[in-house]
Amino acid sequence: MLYSEQKHFDEIFAYLEKNKNVFIVGCDGCAQSSGSGGPKQVEEMKQKLTDAGKNVTGAKVVAFLCSKALVKSGLRGRVDQIQAADAVLVLTCGVGIQAVATSLNKPVYPGCNTVNLGGSRGEWEGSERCFECGQCLLWHTGGICPLTACTKSLISGSCGGAKNGKCEISQERDCGWELIYNRLKERGNLERLNDMMRPLDQRKLMVRPEMISTPRFALENFPKPPAPPAAEAPKAGAPAPANPSKEVKAK
Amino acid sequence: MSLQSKLESGQFAVSCEFGPVKGVDLHEVYENLEILKGKVDAANVTDQQSSIMRMSGLATASICVQGGLEPIYQMTCRDRNRIAIQSDLLGAWALGIKNVLALTGDMSARGDHPQAKDVFDLDSVTLLQTIATLNGGKDLSGNELKGSPAFFPGAVVKVENDTEASFELQIAKMQKKIAAGAKFFQTQACYIPKSFEKLMKRADKFGVPVMVGVIPLRTAGSARYMNNNVAGIYVPDDLIDIMAKAAKEDREKVGIEMASNLIKQMKGMCQGVHIMAVAWEKKVPEIMALAGL
Repeated sequence: MLYSEQKHFDEIFAYLEKNKNVFIVGCDGCAQSSGSGGPKQVEEMKQKLTDAGKNVTGAKVVAFLCSKALVKSGLRGRVDQIQAADAVLVLTCGVGIQAVATSLNKPVYPGCNTVNLGGSRGEWEGSERCFECGQCLLWHTGGICPLTACTKSLISGSCGGAKNGKCEISQERDCGWELIYNRLKERGNLERLNDMMRPLDQRKLMVRPEMISTPRFALENFPKPPAPPAAEAPKAGAPAPANPSKEVKAK
Repeated sequence: MSLQSKLESGQFAVSCEFGPVKGVDLHEVYENLEILKGKVDAANVTDQQSSIMRMSGLATASICVQGGLEPIYQMTCRDRNRIAIQSDLLGAWALGIKNVLALTGDMSARGDHPQAKDVFDLDSVTLLQTIATLNGGKDLSGNELKGSPAFFPGAVVKVENDTEASFELQIAKMQKKIAAGAKFFQTQACYIPKSFEKLMKRADKFGVPVMVGVIPLRTAGSARYMNNNVAGIYVPDDLIDIMAKAAKEDREKVGIEMASNLIKQMKGMCQGVHIMAVAWEKKVPEIMALAGL
């Protein structure tokens, strides 16, 4: 399980500034249960972008964006809509955003931040890894996470230690920043290399107090999840998309 | 004349490396200080270079100030978070330290305390932003400072790049460092003037002084060691051969001549030279004399 929250719309709108045509991808896995990128949120995002003057060329919710095979099969019928877009906005965790960025020949932007739950990250067969930094930077870096792809987790560019494209720490590992450079070049997005980064907000990299003992996804809560504060009833068997801090702690 | 005035007035500047001691015996530190003072414009005081624990650079740089050798205080982001970094910078200013070289730093895993926790709260670019923020009279959280420093911040760029991506990433990062406030650059050691020429073709346009890095070779073995273990350094085979063929008693002379020749070939392309004679600080004046500096 990766828990994600939608980024503030102003941030999303700011980096989509130069992109008139946008395709939206959501995820019916963790992002759906997080309430950040399921069918409902994708529909809402479509409306917000349209209201803000964007042309949404299409939207699709795929089950489990963390699997590149599912990304590709899920989006196969939407090739025309994706080609018509200048950018793809992905509402899901950092793994899913990177999987979509790898799979599509378009600049891909994160619509969510992935929140550190303090464990239970699960496993992925793909190479994409999410640091759960809570301040997704993937729009600067061609959809390759600098925190996990670079051994030093550098956000401002390469350290200069790479040899023949391999990391100075391990010759088995590609230099994450060279991967980012090549990706940005392929996607015609090299100007992103000049984005100035502010120091990371380290608080967001830490597990939040309420997340350490969240009952959100506790097995004890199944099949009867705690009642959500919102009026809308949760899907049968799904964890409640509620603010975990307001919930009663599980025993 | 200070390093800043020299570089800003377009004069050729010379810096060297000045490594803090592992321990508290300062005899050699004072000895080197006397040899270098009045000869070089400034000396880089390294910050636990290669992640090898040594005396603090702040203390050593302060010793340099007292001894009349202008320090370039190297600061890495490996061991301190943004609170400690800002605090040390304010302390450095109070101790008369004006030049700061902002580096990300090597990881602890490569040094003599591989069990240590790496901090990297900031990196070289955000450290430069931090220095500029302090110079502007505020801390990183926007709080007003009581009196502000006026640091002369510098940064590093690598010359040897084996892929297009690596070269372009260096150029992009150099531009970011300038945007973040870097006022001068020192390069990693360069043994191939053609590579430096390639870098300077791009870097000249940025209008920020560049000091080319030179490390005098002592043996063929040390050159091979650097090729295998030091990030961003490449000593070509023909130079290694020259060292290998030199008779043992001539090696020192051959290495020093080679370094001064490299300086002669590259000094016309840039605004200064940075001589990194690690544990061989005494030889810096000789290298300078041979290079006509």
